[in-house]
Amino acid sequence: MASRKEGTGSATPSSSSTSGPAGKGKGKGGSGDSAVKQVQIDGLVVLKIIKHYQEEGQGTEVVQGVLLGLVVEDRLEITNCFPFPQHTEDDADFDEASHEHVPIPFKFLKNILNTLEKTNWRAAQKYQMEMMRSLRHVNIDHLHVGWYQSTYYGSFVTRALLDSQFSYQHAIEESVVLIYDPIKTAQGSLSLKAYRLTPKLMEVCKEKDFSPEALKKGNITFEHMFEEVPIVIKNSHLINVLMWELEKKSAVADKHELLSLASSNHLGKNLQLLMDRVDEMSQDIVKYNTYMRNTSKQQQQKHQYQQRRQQENMQRQSRGEPPLPEEDLSKLFKPPQPPARMDSLLIAGQINTYCQNIKEFTAQNLGKLFMAQALQEYNN
Amino acid sequence: MATPTVPASAPPAAPAPATAAAPASASAPAPASPTAPAPAQTPAQSLPGPALPGPFPGGRVVRLHPVILASIVDSYERRNEGAARVIGTLLGTVDKHSVEVTNCFSVPHNESEDEVAVDMEFAKNMYELHKKVSPNELILGWYATGHDITEHSVLIHEYYSREAPNPIHLTVDTSLQNGRMSIKAYVSTLMGVPGRTMGVMFTPLTVKYAYYDTERIGVDLIMKTCFSPNRVIGLSSDLQQVGGASARIQDALSTVLQYAEDVLSGKVSADNTVGRFLMSLVNQVPKIVPDDFETMLNSNINDLLMVTYLANLTQSQIALNEKLVNL
Repeated sequence: MASRKEGTGSATPSSSSTSGPAGKGKGKGGSGDSAVKQVQIDGLVVLKIIKHYQEEGQGTEVVQGVLLGLVVEDRLEITNCFPFPQHTEDDADFDEASHEHVPIPFKFLKNILNTLEKTNWRAAQKYQMEMMRSLRHVNIDHLHVGWYQSTYYGSFVTRALLDSQFSYQHAIEESVVLIYDPIKTAQGSLSLKAYRLTPKLMEVCKEKDFSPEALKKGNITFEHMFEEVPIVIKNSHLINVLMWELEKKSAVADKHELLSLASSNHLGKNLQLLMDRVDEMSQDIVKYNTYMRNTSKQQQQKHQYQQRRQQENMQRQSRGEPPLPEEDLSKLFKPPQPPARMDSLLIAGQINTYCQNIKEFTAQNLGKLFMAQALQEYNN
Repeated sequence: MATPTVPASAPPAAPAPATAAAPASASAPAPASPTAPAPAQTPAQSLPGPALPGPFPGGRVVRLHPVILASIVDSYERRNEGAARVIGTLLGTVDKHSVEVTNCFSVPHNESEDEVAVDMEFAKNMYELHKKVSPNELILGWYATGHDITEHSVLIHEYYSREAPNPIHLTVDTSLQNGRMSIKAYVSTLMGVPGRTMGVMFTPLTVKYAYYDTERIGVDLIMKTCFSPNRVIGLSSDLQQVGGASARIQDALSTVLQYAEDVLSGKVSADNTVGRFLMSLVNQVPKIVPDDFETMLNSNINDLLMVTYLANLTQSQIALNEKLVNL
């Protein structure tokens, strides 16, 4: 029997908070050098993100928003958030892209890029400035500490995300991107993860050099692109009182989605996305192989040319004629363009995420199946 | 908690004394009949204001989402020094039977003994910004923390009735009177002797809580901070979640079992409806022929194992690819 579950590296619960100050101050603590070890989120932020997706994002659309908070020692505290408008009124052909029902990764990728391109950057910035100014009036932390995005079945490792996160992390050292998976949440448990770019990847992005040599020098593998930061949720006392109140008043039946055994649909979707990505990856590999072959062929050709030249020169010398001028080899043999390695890194990262999700899912389901078996045995 | 939604036949001009000043609070007995038209009025004016479109739009039920309450509590915690309470705008949608409040934002205001100033410009700006994200949300009314309705509330309510027809007023008692955080909703109605000075009365509405599915799950998770000493919880890993969910069911089952034992030993009188529920519960465990179940179980387990194997294989493949490329 293959091993049932590996350590999935998902967020480990950390129930001990440091004895730092409670997150209501307005200053920025800690030096900019310390990496963020933990992300502390207010319950309010979680509810707002859930609500935003529920109301504004259906299907394959991503919803995005800004996180506000402050930094305390090595903890990033997120105390509020506000959503970002998805698109301005004056882009007519955005709607046609959003009517697609079949989620194919290519089109999904194009959707995101379309969103970002068509969004009027100036209007978006204006919205953001206005919002933050207004929030300052009501004493909400107006410090920008990151952004959040919803995801469709876990596909979020894209160039757009990388660029956005890079610009955030460049401006603010400790920023994170919160990825909220609504479909997984609807299955029974909140799926919220915080990611940052690793320092290695930051270096490479700063150079803006994505050629194979640079990446090899940086020694970047797909596993070292994003690092996940553990999340804890913290509530103030008054919010706790509110929660008790809600529990008393709202007699909504407990949802037992988590224990449902009929979730193969979800698995099927995941697998399909994984297959598409693997296809992309194989195409990418083929491209890379062709490139390698071309390069080596070219090298050979260069060698041959050089040798012939030398021979000719020797012959000419023996005949007493002036040698032929040395010609610039690089002009004769144009080196083929190396394919961009960034894309394949991203695809590998995405495949990795899909695999992790699938493994988590199967682990849960195996547990549930064994429980069902125990129940049946008891009956008989 | 739910006031009856049967429309009373008493006319809005109830025999309660039509004082010009403080409106009566939630202890008003009968809900006003659906034909109460006129808006809130400032005291000392005896002219009726502009007629509003018909009865309270949407019946007598207000549905709140938990995100609103969390927002309100949060803005209360962040209030300026010296402010006793905070106010803000409620946004949401109206439909035939109820009013659903889905969003809110706080509005800075100053309140002193004799005057109140609300920054309506700010409120308008924020509403515009919010509309960009959710164009379907309308201004439904306003909220205030604190457990009483004061005279200033009337004035503020009048401000808001300019923005929305027949606004709702929501109070969240953050001062925890009576040890509870009471959440109440009101709409204003005219009262008084017709022809003389009219006053304003805030009549209560039924408050229900609406959840989306994902919201329910989020609230369940957040509620766990009530039990932890530092009010901090982490997100649990996959199997832990299954364990937690089954523990909850186990608790529920033990409660039911306890009840059954009590009934059997005569401590509690038997209730037939509960008995029927118990019967259907017990019968819901499907009786499957053991062999069939074995086959089902095995095939499912095989599927899952195969998928795990494939996932691991894919991961090792891409790791290999990485190594080869970087040679």
